[in-house]
Amino acid sequence: MNVDILLISLAGVLTAAAPVLFAVIGETFSERAGVINLSMNGTILLTAMGGFAVALATDNIVLGFLAGMLIGALVAALVAFASITLKQSQVAVGFILALLCRDLSYFLGNPIMGESGPRLSAVPIPFLSEMPVLGPLFFKQDAITYLSFILIAAAWTFIFRTRPGLMLQGIGERPAAAFVRGANVNRMRYFYTILGGALIGLAGPIYSLSIKAGWKGTISGLDGIGWIALSITIFGGWNPARAAFGAYLFALLQWLGLVLQPLLPGVPSQVLQVAPFPLMILTLLFVNIGNAEWVERTLAGLPEPVRRAIAKILRALRATPPAALGVPFETE
Amino acid sequence: MRSSRWFDLLVQAGAVLLALLFTTLVLLASNAPPLEAFWNILIGSVGSWGKFSDVLISWVPLLLVTAGLLITFTAGLWNIGIEGQITLGAIFTTWMLRTLQDSGWNPALIIGLSILAGMAGGALWAALAGALKTFGGVNEIFGGLGLNFVATALNLWLIFGPWKRPGVASMSGTVPFDESLSLPALSGSRLSLYAVAIAVVAILVVYFLLKGTYFGLRLKAVGKNAKAAYLLGLPTWQYILISFVICGLFAGMAGAVQVTSVYHRLIPSISSGYGFLGLLVAMLINYQPVWAAPVALFFAALNIGSIQLPVVLKLDSTLAGVLQGTLVLFVLLADGVRQKFVRKPDPHTSTGSVHRSNPLPEREKGEKV
Repeated sequence: MNVDILLISLAGVLTAAAPVLFAVIGETFSERAGVINLSMNGTILLTAMGGFAVALATDNIVLGFLAGMLIGALVAALVAFASITLKQSQVAVGFILALLCRDLSYFLGNPIMGESGPRLSAVPIPFLSEMPVLGPLFFKQDAITYLSFILIAAAWTFIFRTRPGLMLQGIGERPAAAFVRGANVNRMRYFYTILGGALIGLAGPIYSLSIKAGWKGTISGLDGIGWIALSITIFGGWNPARAAFGAYLFALLQWLGLVLQPLLPGVPSQVLQVAPFPLMILTLLFVNIGNAEWVERTLAGLPEPVRRAIAKILRALRATPPAALGVPFETE
Repeated sequence: MRSSRWFDLLVQAGAVLLALLFTTLVLLASNAPPLEAFWNILIGSVGSWGKFSDVLISWVPLLLVTAGLLITFTAGLWNIGIEGQITLGAIFTTWMLRTLQDSGWNPALIIGLSILAGMAGGALWAALAGALKTFGGVNEIFGGLGLNFVATALNLWLIFGPWKRPGVASMSGTVPFDESLSLPALSGSRLSLYAVAIAVVAILVVYFLLKGTYFGLRLKAVGKNAKAAYLLGLPTWQYILISFVICGLFAGMAGAVQVTSVYHRLIPSISSGYGFLGLLVAMLINYQPVWAAPVALFFAALNIGSIQLPVVLKLDSTLAGVLQGTLVLFVLLADGVRQKFVRKPDPHTSTGSVHRSNPLPEREKGEKV
């Protein structure tokens, strides 16, 4: 394969990972605060449809993205209201919204199905895009992909290097302690869930206004992305940098599936497209297995050098969820 | 205010009205006549015996998965992998039918063995999700979602690979089985009374299991507070695994019915979304087996009734999903509102009883620190 083609393909992988990245980092904020937003799959579909509809009606791409953020924030606000204020199960509300938003997007999107609308175009950055290798890879992207690069660094810095970020970790790990330190736990949970929802809401329009431009109803091929993003959030161990790695790995695997297609004529294309999922489960297993009790017991019985080596690998992979994830906070 | 049964009923009726109102607004937003749409759903589901028998055909798998899900919900588990369990059930059923179709055995025996194989397939897939949870520490929601995708991939691979139609493989599925290998249907209809009987027996078994046995009681203990149940001597991981396996048996049965009575072959979307819909039904009935049959029937009627919407009114048939989703959402929200604003500890009632009636005791684990 020609080097130029390879570079363009890899740049395409970075573009394809952008929506997953926004969704995963949005979910990371929400879960860091202690709220699981399970509605993601529906939110992405509804914002893809809504963002495209608004962009089509106004002929303005920016308004399309803003509409997506607004819808995402509203759905997240509903999850927050039901779980924080009404103390209903987060998983239940999120799951209902995942299905409801999906069906709403198909129903409301019916009239605009197949129409062609505005589409985001690439903006090569002067000078930087001329660099060998790095130029075509990173600096000939569209605006939202640049934003996705910035988001990784910004989210990581915010969570791990700033005071409000520390507070965010606190309300997810030890809400009572954060409360004693003067944090309004529930108000902050509302804030971060809605912020996360707005980020998730960008994912939809990225598809419908850029990567898979247009709205094609059930054959858009977007149903399922949200569930993948949810697994990548866990794979990412609630850390934006590791989550970004997961999103890129997923996009790379899907691209490999397409490339390897001609080499494996016996395997239908539909199978290769879902190939990343079994790998995702395996990684989830490795990420979580270090937390299981029997693993520790088995390890304790192994000879010391082996035990230390395995324990090291498991610790590197391991991700522990925020301690108060999914647990309502009450002050009594 | 003492929350009487009547008051609860009023709150729920309010939620249903709000759901209808919301759906009406959605219809108005897409320039559709709401009354005509609702009327079409009604006529399309109970307007004739043919339509109603279609409703019953789709009621069977929905009721089967709901029955299974009541078991996992009782154990406090979110078996979101149910879609994959239905698919595996269908795959195992097809595999058994393919193996035995030329054996010359009695068709009834072949069908029976195929349904058993389907149940085994569903149970296997559910056990996998259970093992990932109990031994691997993988939350059942994420393990289940992953397994759903794997099941879909496996299904597609079989349809387009080893089990493809002679000539060209297609999305229409595998070669249909001989008519003698289907569950016997009523004459002039696709409805099989055997399938209906299977579903009715299934929900009765689950009702008895949950309401009338020690197993059901212990399962409830595990679901309410796994830690306390473990400290009291219940081997919680065994109960979790067993509840997964039982749910998988029912899901596999649903897949088997889809193959032997509805499609007569394996198709790519064999689970038809019944698994996720079953989760909605279970939530709407607040996990009470008594209501499973009527509510599942209502949901099946909405699904069938909306099929003709695209033809008659140029509307998408997902309107059924919108109505089902809003219904469950508003009932859940109304329940939250009722608990928050009505069931506040009343100074006139003894405080003890209020605390004991707290529906979700496990929430208190949030107060560690």
